[in-house]
Amino acid sequence: MFDWISPAILDLILGSTLETLYMVALAALIGTLAGLPLGIFLATSGKGELFEAVAVNRVLGLVVNATRSTPFIILVVAIIPLTRLIAGTSIGTTAAIVPLSIAATPFIARIVEAAIREVDQGLVEASLAMGATPLQIVRKVLIPEALPGLILGVTLAIVSLLSNSAMVGAVGGGGLGDLGIRYGYQRFMPEVMLLVVIVLIILVQAVQSLGESLARRVNRRVRRL
Amino acid sequence: MLNDTATAAFDTPLFRDHAAAGSFAGPPAGTGRAEAPDGRASAGPVAGGAAIVLDDVSKVFPARGSDAPVEALKNVSIAIPQGEIYGVIGRSGAGKSTLIRAINGLERPTSGEVVVDGVAINRLTEAGLRDQRRRIGMIFQHFNLLSSRSAFDNVALPLELAGVSRAATREKVLDLLELVGLSDKKDRYPIELSGGQKQRVGIARALATDPRVLLSDEATSALDPETTRSILRLLAQVNARLGVTIVLITHEMTVIKEICHRVGVIEAGRIIEEGRVSDVFAHPSTATARSFIGSLPGREIPATLAGRLRAEATGASQTVLRLTLTGDPASQPLVTQLARELGIDIALLGGQIDSIGALPFALLYVGVPVGAWAEGPLRARLEAAGATTEVVGHV
Repeated sequence: MFDWISPAILDLILGSTLETLYMVALAALIGTLAGLPLGIFLATSGKGELFEAVAVNRVLGLVVNATRSTPFIILVVAIIPLTRLIAGTSIGTTAAIVPLSIAATPFIARIVEAAIREVDQGLVEASLAMGATPLQIVRKVLIPEALPGLILGVTLAIVSLLSNSAMVGAVGGGGLGDLGIRYGYQRFMPEVMLLVVIVLIILVQAVQSLGESLARRVNRRVRRL
Repeated sequence: MLNDTATAAFDTPLFRDHAAAGSFAGPPAGTGRAEAPDGRASAGPVAGGAAIVLDDVSKVFPARGSDAPVEALKNVSIAIPQGEIYGVIGRSGAGKSTLIRAINGLERPTSGEVVVDGVAINRLTEAGLRDQRRRIGMIFQHFNLLSSRSAFDNVALPLELAGVSRAATREKVLDLLELVGLSDKKDRYPIELSGGQKQRVGIARALATDPRVLLSDEATSALDPETTRSILRLLAQVNARLGVTIVLITHEMTVIKEICHRVGVIEAGRIIEEGRVSDVFAHPSTATARSFIGSLPGREIPATLAGRLRAEATGASQTVLRLTLTGDPASQPLVTQLARELGIDIALLGGQIDSIGALPFALLYVGVPVGAWAEGPLRARLEAAGATTEVVGHV
């Protein structure tokens, strides 16, 4: 049934899948490491909030919005000098991690901001009344209480990274999307295209299920049966 | 539960005149207070030993957009002795939230001094304030428990924040859970607990750092009457056993009646009336206090009677009186004595016999013959018996 899949094509698929996983995993990691504090700061630096810094909040908000409104493929090309500065080259899988991370960071930051803002202000007041420092409130109250939302948010970010990673073929980033375009489209090999899509679907499903089950496990706001 | 001597010891007319700012007679801010030898509630010389002093405190929230500035507190002066349960009653927007938050520095007063355990809260830096807040517990209307933590871990939070060791935390938390009667629920999450149980966790959490003061922000307002009573009993127990001074704000007179020693009535940011609970109940001097007291069950003129009441005595057979008796007179067989001594018939039309704190309290609507009231001896006899008498009409 699958005799039309030659070993060579399988090798290509496998290699591209690994490239995609490598790019997405690192970009998700970097995006989370940068986006989490950024999002927490955005959620807590408004007027009358824990880390009140209205002007900084506004500027960061603008930067985040600007990054988010730039189409990813344009961002990839526009920041080539920066990519070269960070990765040493602007071409290849590792170089592609730079634009992927830069796009993921504000995305994750906004999701984190929304999740943190969902936490009941009463809890912040109660912690202040207990003598908690602002950092303690972030660590012991805001993050644990927002955890289910944070996990779902990162899940969403990974799925969108998978889709973004298809575009980094434009700078020789490789990966599944690149394979689909070069073989499936440019070489008229629809079976490769089909396989690429199937693998992507499986990856998205896996990430989504994993994220949801993890979020469920840490969610104590619903009664366990 | 509450003993009479404790209540009586607090009966010092500290602030009879609240309207006059500057009538405050407490210690200057920041000076040492007379320390009770064992640190327990001993109700010493009131002003000197006051656990909490608000001296001429005002708070103005600045204008926002088109809204005018809000004066949430106006020249509030209160002194609360160590070990007292002090209730502040007021309608929503009267300033009670701002008042209670001034005590732990969640709100900084615009002017005036807030002194807790000898420390001027309003002058502290943020770091100093954090240290001081560990000595002031607080419970909330909506409990404010962390949904991500079990009952045990919620109670442990303040200890964790203070850097207490794991072993000491465990011991303390288990003790507290036992105190509030939730030892068997220690591994439950808030979602699995009832409202009353959540508030018990809240109380245990507030007591974790051995505070000298407990602030209660409408702690029973989200609970049903039965649960409210059990939480109030627990608070009274905490007060009696640990000597913790309790300041509570509420809009429910039952809460005041049930556990408070003294009460302040707040309206439009001012304390308009203050005194021992039994005194305020027996002789409310402001319309607001009267209306709060009137809102208690059994305090209203019964509906069947109210419809028939007339102001004029002519043509009526009975004069309807409202008798208020507090303390000893409330337990005397007054009605039968009057009937026997004066040879009159007395109709019991409505009312309530109850206790306020530890004091018996009676409020009765009685009908007496119009003639008997007009003659005078009845009036004198009621006065001699210690009853406050008002004519509410004639039927």
